[in-house]
This record gives sequence, C-alpha cells and structure tokens, in this order.
Amino acid sequence: MTLTSRTALSILAVLSVLATSAQQDPPTGANDLQVHGNFNIDGQLYNPDEEIGAVPPPEDWGLNAWGNLIITKGAFEAGLRLESYTPPLLGYPAGEPYTGSGLGYRYARYSQDDLDITVGNFFEQFGSGLAFRSYEERYLGVDNAMDGVRVKFKPTTGVYLKGFIGEQRLGFNSGFTKGPGVVRGVDLELSLNELLDSLAVKGRNLVIGGSFVSKYQEDRDPLLELPENVGLWAARLNYLSPHWNLYAEYAHKINDPNSSNNNIYKDGEALMFNATYVSKGLGVSAGVHSYDNMVFRSNRAAGPFDLNINFLPPLAKQHTYNLPATLYPYATQPNNEVAGQAEVFYKWKKGTALGGKYGTKLAVNGSVAYALDTLRIVDDTVTYDGYTSSLFGTGDRMYFSDFNVELRKKVSSTWEFALTYLNLGFDIETVQGKPGKPLIYADMVILEGMHKLSDANSLRFELQHLSTKQDHGNWATALVEFTFSPHWSLTVMDQYNYGGAVETDEIHYPLGSVAYTRGASRIQVNYGRQRAGIFCVGGVCRAVPAANGLTVSIASTF
Amino acid sequence: MRTFITTIAAIVTLPLSAQLPSATVTGLDGKKVDAKTFSNDGKPIIINFWATWCAPCKRELNAIAEVYEEWQKTTGVKVIAISIDDTRSTARVAPYVSGQGWEYEVYLDPNGDLKRAMNVQNVPHTVLLDGNGKIVYQHNVYNPGDENELYAKVKKLVGK
Repeated sequence: MTLTSRTALSILAVLSVLATSAQQDPPTGANDLQVHGNFNIDGQLYNPDEEIGAVPPPEDWGLNAWGNLIITKGAFEAGLRLESYTPPLLGYPAGEPYTGSGLGYRYARYSQDDLDITVGNFFEQFGSGLAFRSYEERYLGVDNAMDGVRVKFKPTTGVYLKGFIGEQRLGFNSGFTKGPGVVRGVDLELSLNELLDSLAVKGRNLVIGGSFVSKYQEDRDPLLELPENVGLWAARLNYLSPHWNLYAEYAHKINDPNSSNNNIYKDGEALMFNATYVSKGLGVSAGVHSYDNMVFRSNRAAGPFDLNINFLPPLAKQHTYNLPATLYPYATQPNNEVAGQAEVFYKWKKGTALGGKYGTKLAVNGSVAYALDTLRIVDDTVTYDGYTSSLFGTGDRMYFSDFNVELRKKVSSTWEFALTYLNLGFDIETVQGKPGKPLIYADMVILEGMHKLSDANSLRFELQHLSTKQDHGNWATALVEFTFSPHWSLTVMDQYNYGGAVETDEIHYPLGSVAYTRGASRIQVNYGRQRAGIFCVGGVCRAVPAANGLTVSIASTF
Repeated sequence: MRTFITTIAAIVTLPLSAQLPSATVTGLDGKKVDAKTFSNDGKPIIINFWATWCAPCKRELNAIAEVYEEWQKTTGVKVIAISIDDTRSTARVAPYVSGQGWEYEVYLDPNGDLKRAMNVQNVPHTVLLDGNGKIVYQHNVYNPGDENELYAKVKKLVGK
C-alpha cells in the first residue's frame, strides 16, 4: 500500500465521525472522547567554522518536526504522526535518510478486556528484545515501526499471547518508506504465580516465555542460494522474590547469510543472564551475555541502523555527564561479543558516621566487553559456516572496559556535591569503525555541585576532565546552570580540547543556552559551538558532526 | 481538506477530558499492570516518567523523596515512577531505586508503550491526576524547586 494524503484524510474522516457522534453523548468518564498529542520542532541555523571542521549544509539550516495525535473513545483508539524534515538536521537520522513532509505513522486500535487488536503501525517487544523489538527513538531518528496487524490476547489470568505480521519502516520520503521483507512472530508468556493458585507464594513469581519470529525476503541473488524464510526462536525465564530477580534468555537463529556476516550460513546464538539483589538502602546487579552472529534484519543488505528486527542490549552503563556520555559510548557488537557488568548502589543512612546529617550515596559500576573466541574454517566450501565458536568463549580483543565510582553527598541544607571517577578502555577501531586507530585508555574526574539560592532559584556547576594519550588528547568541560523555577533556566558551557598530537587541536567550544518551560511545553535556544560526538538516548547512539550556530527547540504535550 | 477542517473544528469545540490510557507496564515484582487501573482511593496521583540515565529525573525524584512522607501525610498523594529504561538498563532500575531509598511505586515501560500513549517526548515528565483519575496538570523538564509548584497543585486538589 502506498501512503498518500488520501490515507491520512480517510483516517481523519473516521475520526471526525467519531468526534461528531461523541458531541451528542453526555460526558461519562472513561467513555468520553479524548484527544491528545504532542509536537516537537528542532531547528538549527549553521555557521561555517573551519577551526572545528563544521561545514553547513547547502541550505544553511536544518529542521526536524513532528506532531502526534491520538484519539480515544471507549475501547477504540486511533493515532497518527505527521513528520517534516526540510532538510533534516546534520547527521540525522542514523540510518536511511529522512526527507520531505508527510505521514510517518498511523494506526487504529481496539482494546477491550482481554483482547487488543492494532491495524497499521505499532511498536512491540518480545522478552528482552533478542527475538524482536520494534521501537522508536525520535531524537536519534531510530524508528523501525511495524506496519501490519498485531493481536494481543489474554485467555486467562497470567497467560499473555501476542502475534503480529507486517513490514518494517525504513526511512522517510514525504511519508514513511518500508523495507522489502515481511516479519511475523508469536510470543507466549506465563506468569505462574498468577496462573496456578497452588503455586502462589506471596511476593514470589516465576515467569516463563517463548517467542518465534521469522522474516521473509525474496532471493534474487544470481549466485547464492539464500534462505527466503529465516526463523529465530527464543526462551526466557524470570524468577522474582522480594529481594531477588533472576533472568535468563536464550535465542537461536537459523542460517541467515547477510551483508553483516559476509553471507555465511552459520546459525546465530545469544544467551544472557542477569541477577539483582535489593534490600533497603542496597542494590546489586550483575549480568553477562554472549552474542554470536545475531544480526537479524528484514533486508539482508541493510545498513547497521536499518530494518533491525531484534535488539541486543549492550552491557555498559549509560553515562549522564557530557564527556563520558558523548565521547566514547559503547555500542553492542551483535555478531561477536562476550560482555559482563556488575554494579552496587548503597546509601549510608542519615545519622550514621558516613551518612552524616543528610545521608551519603555510593555507586560503583564495572563492565567489560570482549570479542568472541572464533576459529576460521579453512576449507569452507561445504557448510559455508565461516568460523567455529562457542558461547562465552572469550577472544583476545577487548572492545570496551569501564570502571566508575560515584559518591554523592548533601553537605548542608543548601549544598550538595557529587564526585565521579571513571576509567575507560575503548576499541574505537571496532566500535566507531575507525580503522588503524589504537585502543584508547582514558581517565575522567567529574565534580558536580548544586546550591540552593532560594526555594525557587538554584545554581549547579560541573567540572569535568578527561585525559588520554590516544585519540584527540585531553578534554576539560566547565558548565554553570542557573535555574529559576518554575519557568527559566540559563546554561553556559565551555569544552576545551588540548594536549593532543597537533597544537592546532587546542580548541574551545563555548555554548550558551536559555530554556523556558510552562507546564508541558518548552522552548529552548542554544548558541555556540557543538563538539562532534556521539549522541545517545536509551541504548542507541548517532554521530553528531561538529557544528556552530543557533538551535531552537520547541516541544509540547497536550 | 474540508474533512480535516471539520475534524479540527469538532475537536476544538469538545468538552475534553484526559484520563489514563490503556497500556501495559511491568511492576518490579514482574506483574503486568494496565496503567488505566492505577488508583489511589480517590486521592491524587503523581506519575513521573524517568530513566536511570537521566540526571534531572533523578534530581527530581530525589527532591520529592525528601518531602514525600510529609506530602503523603498531608494530602494522601501517591507517586508512581515509570522507568522508560530499555532492556539495556531495566535490570539497573530496582537496585538503583533501592540504593536511593525511594518509597515510590515503580513500574517498567521498556518499549515506551505508556510513554507513547501519554505523548511523553522526553524525560523527566510529570503528570498529576485528581482523585477521579483525570489529568489536571503536566510538566516537562525539572528545575530545582519545581516540586514546590507541583505540591501546591496537589494541595489545591485536596482542598488544603
């Protein structure tokens, strides 16, 4: 089906009928007609800036905008999103280009009691995503929305059944475009505590689940005989008690030659374990996983950000401070990775020796990721498996390591400080695809201070320093933020790059920002230099090029 | 175009009410809950969208945590914290909450189902519901002190 404005109009026609009929009904709580939505506009005017390597696009500006509208009435719901990229901001989106204005998403949904049916676009996830995850990160331009049908059914308490079939969103060209494959899947989850009264132990639960997902793509290859249907199954187990949460999931993909694995016919496997323990004031989490040949896309030739059917979560803390978050963030290597992470959160209570008058909080986190230990098959003319491997067999190559400690303390009724130390190892050659670059080791120290000037006015500062002998040398960041609740905030930041191999690397990146918020609406204006970096939301990242100029963002939810 | 204008006109002239949508979230005990069943015995509810990777979110929830006992005592308000962490960091949510000593009801929304249904774009995002489950106020972003404005609205709802 091609998307035209006619599609949008017919949806609006249905909605308008509903809207008109609703006008005659007296308001009756949940059955009222409800209309809500949001919009977001990000515009940027670019200046050329040779010193930082910022090159404006031919238009000198970029503009990303979208608006969502959802209408509900009783069990019925319909929604659509209009999008506009005229042209898109530099570096946006991560994968297939977005251009023009049009309809990006639309659906109709009926959900009553135990049945939930969606026709059109939908997002869905099975388990932790190893088998299937359709999702969006609008600020990154990641969107693999399904377009098809989804049914969710709960036959009895504690039994959850889901099934779908559809195509995936690829890019945007005056309307969303779709990949060439078809994806379908089913998922069953049993919550045993809810299902079997005899097993019911208060506060404990055992959840088991299983998924099967398959994709279809025509084989037009003149040489290779490619499988047109590729299946992936996964099973998961989750035990929960008041203190413990243990999770395991295994996924197995049958042969799926594709551009990311050099068209080998080897099966893919993924296995993950996670354990957490909590008690008052203490939280511990530890996890390991292994991914082998697990790229699963509805087009064999798709790029890394496009048409992903599954989601392979990285095991690395997502940092919030600017330098660690945007310089060397880790991204999963879905075809070849063994990783582990452990973390402890602890709070010394008020009134104890270390807690002092207001309590003290500690967070310690460590993670590491390695390549799988693989052995290339020398004579590979029989199976075309490419290599042999075993899950959790760790290779020599380290992709990433991160050790960090954060101490947070309120020292008086108006002052609070946080001190962070990080040590990072980063294989930029593999993770960011920069061949010939050495492994980067970096140390970072960050001091953050918050001071309450009055009930509504506050001052916050950050001093960050990163030192490394590899890559572009050292970075220092200073940030000061004044906030005047409930409306205004004012931020001034400078990032200074120095100590690199070339003296001309010594560059300042000043940036000023003013934001006004009222309720659920916000307008923000930035002016200055933006360092080239990796911008991440949730688990995914996109590279943002260096830029100099004026940025205006407006967002509202209604 | 005419249809479009009719629709917009119809929407604008309607007496609208906004309530919690139907979307499934998972409790830290593994139980699935439909957000439209959130209740607090006729008292107000604050729904706060946050994530372990969002610094201002954590500042906001920590600021409320310091006064939460008093808020509850005076107004009976309940805070429901919805983590939008995806499966990269869902396992960090319970330990983090415990390590902060938060007493909130916490749910996971790892694929953004409730976030999308409530048109939340970025976190932190705070929604205030009256005793009948009607959305009376929403706030985006957190500036220290915003919790005072929120509490003033809660008090107004319960007539204090």
